[in-house]
Amino acid sequence: MSDDKKLNINFKSLISSHFSLTIISVLLSFIVGALFLLVLGYNPLSVYSALINGIFSRPRYLAYSVVYATPLIFVGLSVAFSFKTGVFNIGAEGQFVVGAMAACLVGIFVKAPGVVVVPLCFIASCIAGCIWGIIVGILKTKWGINEVLSMIMFNWIAFYLSNYIVTIPSVHSTGTAEATKNVGDNARILFSENIRRALCPTSNYGIIIGIILVIIVYVIINKTTLGFELKAVGSNRFASQYAGINVNKAVLLAIGISGALAGMGGAVHVLGMGGRISLFSTQEGYGFDGIIVALMGLCEPVGVFFASLFYGALKYSGSKLNLVNTPSETVKFITGTIVFFIAISHYFKYLINKGTNKVSKKRSKVLKNKEAV
Amino acid sequence: MTEHKTNSDINADFAVEMKNITKMFGSFTANENINLKVKRGEIHAVLGENGAGKTTLMNILYGLYQPTSGEIFINGEKKEFSGPGDAIKCGIGMVHQHFMLAMPFTVTENIILGEEITKHKICLDMQSARSAVQERAERYGMDIDPDAKIEDISVGMQQRVEILKVLFRGADILIFDEPTASLTPQEIEEFMLIIKRLASDGKAIILITHKLKEILTAADKCTIIRRGKYIDTVDVKNTSESELASLMVGRSVSFCVEKKESIPGDTVLEVKNLCARDYRGVQILNNLNLYVKRGEILGIAGVDGNGQSELVEILTGLRKADSGSILVNGKEMFGSSARSIFESGVSSIPEDRQKHGLILDFSVSSNLVLQNYRTPAFSKNGFLDHKKILSYAEKTIKKYDIRPQDSANSKASSLSGGNQQKVIIAREVDNDKDLLIAVNPTRGLDVGAIEYVHKYIVAQRDKGKAILLVSFELDEIINLSDRIDVIYSGRIRGELLSKDADEKTLGLMMAGGNA
Repeated sequence: MSDDKKLNINFKSLISSHFSLTIISVLLSFIVGALFLLVLGYNPLSVYSALINGIFSRPRYLAYSVVYATPLIFVGLSVAFSFKTGVFNIGAEGQFVVGAMAACLVGIFVKAPGVVVVPLCFIASCIAGCIWGIIVGILKTKWGINEVLSMIMFNWIAFYLSNYIVTIPSVHSTGTAEATKNVGDNARILFSENIRRALCPTSNYGIIIGIILVIIVYVIINKTTLGFELKAVGSNRFASQYAGINVNKAVLLAIGISGALAGMGGAVHVLGMGGRISLFSTQEGYGFDGIIVALMGLCEPVGVFFASLFYGALKYSGSKLNLVNTPSETVKFITGTIVFFIAISHYFKYLINKGTNKVSKKRSKVLKNKEAV
Repeated sequence: MTEHKTNSDINADFAVEMKNITKMFGSFTANENINLKVKRGEIHAVLGENGAGKTTLMNILYGLYQPTSGEIFINGEKKEFSGPGDAIKCGIGMVHQHFMLAMPFTVTENIILGEEITKHKICLDMQSARSAVQERAERYGMDIDPDAKIEDISVGMQQRVEILKVLFRGADILIFDEPTASLTPQEIEEFMLIIKRLASDGKAIILITHKLKEILTAADKCTIIRRGKYIDTVDVKNTSESELASLMVGRSVSFCVEKKESIPGDTVLEVKNLCARDYRGVQILNNLNLYVKRGEILGIAGVDGNGQSELVEILTGLRKADSGSILVNGKEMFGSSARSIFESGVSSIPEDRQKHGLILDFSVSSNLVLQNYRTPAFSKNGFLDHKKILSYAEKTIKKYDIRPQDSANSKASSLSGGNQQKVIIAREVDNDKDLLIAVNPTRGLDVGAIEYVHKYIVAQRDKGKAILLVSFELDEIINLSDRIDVIYSGRIRGELLSKDADEKTLGLMMAGGNA
């Protein structure tokens, strides 16, 4: 009986841990996605195998997946960091855009060797993203303006600001494209020619910077007094204030760091992939992808890393689904469903608990009856 | 499955019969084979230490939790509750420790809320509602004003409104969770009379409390629970305070605070002409003056809402005052930040432990270093030293008997209320500052834990620290303080030495009268 109980508890704690709840959410989303594909008259098996082949069948595909995933790591870290510290950074989109623009401008106009210009680009993007966040933070701490509203507005301000800068003659491309000039070759962060030939044309150092940032953010959150303070304010601002922490300063810092992370994502995007910024017709959605990745990664830096790889790969492979006559929106549908299931995952926990309780009750009843006999 | 249990051993005389109730949360057993039998017309106290499982048991009876095993019989009939709705249908009502009333509504409106009396099924019939409320209030001798708004009436009257609300829903079995926690002595007396009248009217009353005196004056029977296990049910008239206490704690307990004569030294805190307004602009502190010396405990007695919470918030740097002066060790701290006040030598046990005292999502060890995480003892160059924090936490948990003993890495939210309070007390006493401000430091604690807390506070005093004690428990103020200031509408109304104080005089002064 006691062994039985132990097993039961282990099984329960395993199945209701956050990690497995996320896995369950992902699996369920694929099942729901399959049902929808069936209803729409597609064969889910062939669609899913096309998805998987689109990632794993060639090293080049894998390399592309990583390239797609790289900016997501940055925005994902940005959003995850903000969640941990009690601010909802829905403004990562805008911070990403101004970060990209700042890096792009430095890349276009600063003529210097790579070791100088690349760090300058990153510093510029950091500062731009940070300022974009902190303005909202000041509005919040000084006048109590809800950060979600102002961040959404700041996303649009960043959008139109970027489009305006693209049209400035000294920035605008000399060719026909509605885009900025290309950043100088020294500012690109691409891998060397040989490696790129083996992988894919836009393989870049961004992934390495991403991994370093994952470690840094992990250390800040878990090991430093700064992280302790920010988390404390995020969890209970009253107790933090009572314990002598300057709450407003902590909120500004949290938003600032979060913004800087998103801004660097923009830099990686420009310096790693396009090398220039095009006129936007609509918001790129990186900030919102960041929210998805942060949720999938349970707001843990390491989790965000793997969630970004997963999501980046799906995004890349999904873009090719049109080739097999399947709507590429399938991937959007699945990721949306994943977020939905993660959001309600506490309900799964409840269901699982209820289910195992019932089972153990039945068992003990059976046992009792046996004893009675 | 059919229920083939014979009901011969179930006595229909009992309004409530809980048999062999066991409740597990994961691997933790909150209740183990607990039995409780309550007759109609009986006042039955449920006594136990903090975290003993009293509230869990009552939540099971009220349908908020489902027992892991065991049976509940109401009036001799076996019942299974899937929610409070089922329990209410069976005539069970619960008056919670924290009242659940709509503040801007009147007394009558609150009582009929959810059970409205209507004309033609649409319009509210306030006239007959009002008279129905009044009729019931008179029947049990409850003094209420049916037309007053809740925000304007005293805590005692709010409680009477809660009781009427439960009666209005047809309750015959009434559960009271720590009913006297925030009442004045006079209000407690009135409350005792009311529940006695309810019992003589045939209602079954279950009283959850730590206060042994109240059990002795009001209850007929008392069931004792210790660490989740059923200990005994005793007839109150055949027992004594010390017997109940030792049954509850499992060892003998002393009630008097043992302390030597205080030898006051230099002044640590001096407050002069402190004035403050609340957010509505109402004057909440009005030229308040007080001082505390080394080696003495100053008790602030007063009815809740006379400015004591605001005074403490100002002294700890959480609230801004308008004018006045606050000297800590001779240094002006008026308008300083919470951290600089703390660093100047003031630590405090806050009134609201879950709002100000703890970060519930943090581990117990993190909570224990909530102010000191930046000091060299726990961090280096901005990096936390988790090892040192953990070993400090383990030591402190042992020293202050925080249960469970292996909770250093558990979230603070997983501890019972009393043990959460112990975490705060451990932290603040260990801070070892010149001035310790303690606000209701033993609220919700059992006698065993109260004894510990009082010992620590007296020990701090004997070490030459100054203690400012704010408490709604007159017993505590009288027993623990060396000197007592009575606060009334934002100023100190009078001062007594604790050896000259008794509940009557203090109660009168607290109500604004002259001693």
